[in-house]
Amino acid sequence: MAAILCRARKALTLRSLRCLHSVYQMAELPETHQMLRQTCRDFAEKELAPIASQLDKEHRFPAEQVQKLGAMGLMAVEVPEQFGGAGLDYLAYAIGLEEISRGCASTGVITSVNNSLYLGPVLKFGTEEQKHKWITPFTTGQKVGCFALSEPGNGSDAGAASTVARLEGDHWVLNGTKAWITNAWDASAAVVFATTDKTLKHKGISAFVVPIPTPGLSLGKKEDKLGIRASSTANLIFEDCRVPKSNLLGELGMGFKIAMQTLDCGRIGIAAQALGIGQAALDCAVDYAEKRTAFGAPISKMQAIQFKIADMALALESARLLTWRAAMLKDNKSPFTKEAAMAKLSASEAATLISHQSIQILGGMGYVTDMPAERHYRDARITEIYEGTSEIQRLVISSQILKEYRG
Amino acid sequence: MSARVLVGVKRVIDYAVKIRVKPDKTGVVTDGVKHSMNPFCEIAVEEAVRLKEKKLIKEVIAVSCGPQQSQETIRTALAMGADRGIHVDVSGKDYENLGPLQVSKILAALAKKEDVRLIILGKQAIDDDCNQTGQMTAALLDWPQGTFASQVDFQEDSLKVEREIDGGLETIKIKMPAVVTADLRLNEPRYATLPNIMKAKKKKIDTVKPSDLGVDLSPQLEVLSVEEPSQRQAGVKVETVEDLIKKLRDSGRI
Repeated sequence: MAAILCRARKALTLRSLRCLHSVYQMAELPETHQMLRQTCRDFAEKELAPIASQLDKEHRFPAEQVQKLGAMGLMAVEVPEQFGGAGLDYLAYAIGLEEISRGCASTGVITSVNNSLYLGPVLKFGTEEQKHKWITPFTTGQKVGCFALSEPGNGSDAGAASTVARLEGDHWVLNGTKAWITNAWDASAAVVFATTDKTLKHKGISAFVVPIPTPGLSLGKKEDKLGIRASSTANLIFEDCRVPKSNLLGELGMGFKIAMQTLDCGRIGIAAQALGIGQAALDCAVDYAEKRTAFGAPISKMQAIQFKIADMALALESARLLTWRAAMLKDNKSPFTKEAAMAKLSASEAATLISHQSIQILGGMGYVTDMPAERHYRDARITEIYEGTSEIQRLVISSQILKEYRG
Repeated sequence: MSARVLVGVKRVIDYAVKIRVKPDKTGVVTDGVKHSMNPFCEIAVEEAVRLKEKKLIKEVIAVSCGPQQSQETIRTALAMGADRGIHVDVSGKDYENLGPLQVSKILAALAKKEDVRLIILGKQAIDDDCNQTGQMTAALLDWPQGTFASQVDFQEDSLKVEREIDGGLETIKIKMPAVVTADLRLNEPRYATLPNIMKAKKKKIDTVKPSDLGVDLSPQLEVLSVEEPSQRQAGVKVETVEDLIKKLRDSGRI
C-alpha cells in the first residue's frame, strides 16, 4: 500500500513539474535541440529532481545518475562520435546542461566540469593518441575528469601559478598544491597547470594530464560547502609527482592560453547551470504563490509578488538569451569571449536574485529544508564565484569592449 | 528474423496540459498547446525496439496519421530506435474526423503494402480513450490480436501474450502475423540519447496520402458537442446515519 501511495505521490509531483513544459515551448529552437531539451528535461525530472535533496544532505556523488547521463551522451556532448561523444554543438550542450541543473545543480556542475573543463582542453589541444587515451574512457559516465588551475595562493590571479613542473629524463615532476578542485574525490584524471619556466611569467605555464590516482598525488579533505554538496571539492597535493613526458598537453608554455580558452567555454557551461538553478527556483516560487492564500486570495494575485515574479523571469530570460548567443557564436567559430563572460555574469547574478526572491515569496517555508528553495539559494551562490568571479567577468567584458572601441 | 514491425504513434495533447474546451463547443483548444507522443505509443515503440535489439525482428517502421506536425512524433520514435517512418498526411476536416476506423483502415493497407508481420500499437490514445484501433486493425486484416499486453514473448511463428484483464492476467498464444496493443506495465520507455537524436535526423520519413493507399476517410460519426465535465459540487456533512440515508433517498440516489 505504501509503495502504491509513494508511486502516486511521485506521479503527482512529476505531473505538476511537467505542466510547466507548456509554459515555455521553445518553438524557436531547431527540432534536434527541442528533442534534446525534452529528453534531458524528462531525465532530470524523473531521475534527478526526486533525489537532489537527498544527495545534498548526504554530500553523495550521484554515480548511478552520472553513468546514465554518460549513456545518454551528456557527459561528452561536443566530443566527436569517433571518440565516443555525442558530436553535438555547444547550443545543445547549454540547453541540455540547463535542464540537468534544473533537476540537480550538483549533477549539473559535475557534468559541466567533465565536458568543458576536462574534455574541452584535451579535445582542443591534445594529440590523437592523447585523445584516445584521455577522452574516450571519460565519455561514458564511468570516469569523470577535473581541472586544476586555482591554488591556495591564487584564484583570480591565475598567472601567478606556484605549482612547478621540472623535466627529469622522461618524466615531468610536479610539486605544489591546487585548491578548490571540483570532482577531486571522484575524478580519474585532471588537467593540471604548472610553471615550467618562471622567468617567462604567465607564458611559462604549461598544462599536463595527470591520472588519478598516481604516486605523489594526494587529495586534501573534502570541503564542507554551502551548496552543490553532491559534488566533491578538495585540494590536489603534488609531492614529486611524476607524469610521463607524453602527458604534456599542447606545447610548452601554452598553459595560460589553454586555461583562458578553456574557461571561456566553461563559462557557457556555468551560465547554463545557473539558468537551471534559476528556473528551478522560479518554478518553486510560482507554484507556491498560486497555492498559498493570504488576505483572502492566492498571493500570486498581489502586485508585490507579481512584480517579483516579473523581475525574476526577466533576469532569467535575458541571461538565457545571452547564454544561447555565446554558444551560437562559439558554434559558428566566431569570437565569443565577451559574450561568454556576459552570459556567466548575468546568469549567475540572475540565479542569486531569483533564489533569493524565491525564498522571500515562500516566506517561512522558504527557510526550511522541506521545500527546495533553500537548496537553490545555497547552490546559486557559488555560480558567482567559480570559473571566474563576477568581478573578473566585469574586467573581461570591459577589456573586450574597450578593445572594440579602440579598434 | 526477417520480420518487419509496424508501430503506430499518435500525436496527442501532452498529458500534463490543462485541457480547455473551445467556446464554440466543437472540440478542445489545440492551437499553441504542447503536444507529445501518446504515452502508450511510447511503450509500443520501446517494445518494438527491444525486439529488434534481441534480433528477433529486422525492421521497425513508425507510422503516424495527421498533419505536418505528426512528423515530430515520428522523429521521436526514430530517436528511440525505429528504423524509418511513414507519415500519412491527413489534415483539415479529414484530420478532425479521423477516428479509429479510418486509422485502422490505413494501418491495414500499410501492413499489406510493407509486408509486415507484427503491428504494435498503444492500447488507447489519451485524447479520445477509444481503445479501438488495435482491435479494428486486426479485424480488417483478419489477424489474431493480443490486446492490453503486459508481456510479449516472441516464439518462431507465434507470440505468447500476457494480457491484463479485469479478473487478473490472461496468457494467450497467437499466431503471427498479429496485432498487439501495449498496456502500461509492458515496459519502461527509454530516454532518447543524444547520439540517437542526431541519427534520427538521417533516417527516412516517407509521406503518403490516404488516397494512395486506397483508403476512404469518410467519417461514420458526427461530434454534436464537446463540453467541460460538470463542476464538482461541495459535499454536505450529516450528523447521523439516518440523516445520510434520508439525504440519499431525497436526491434519488437510492
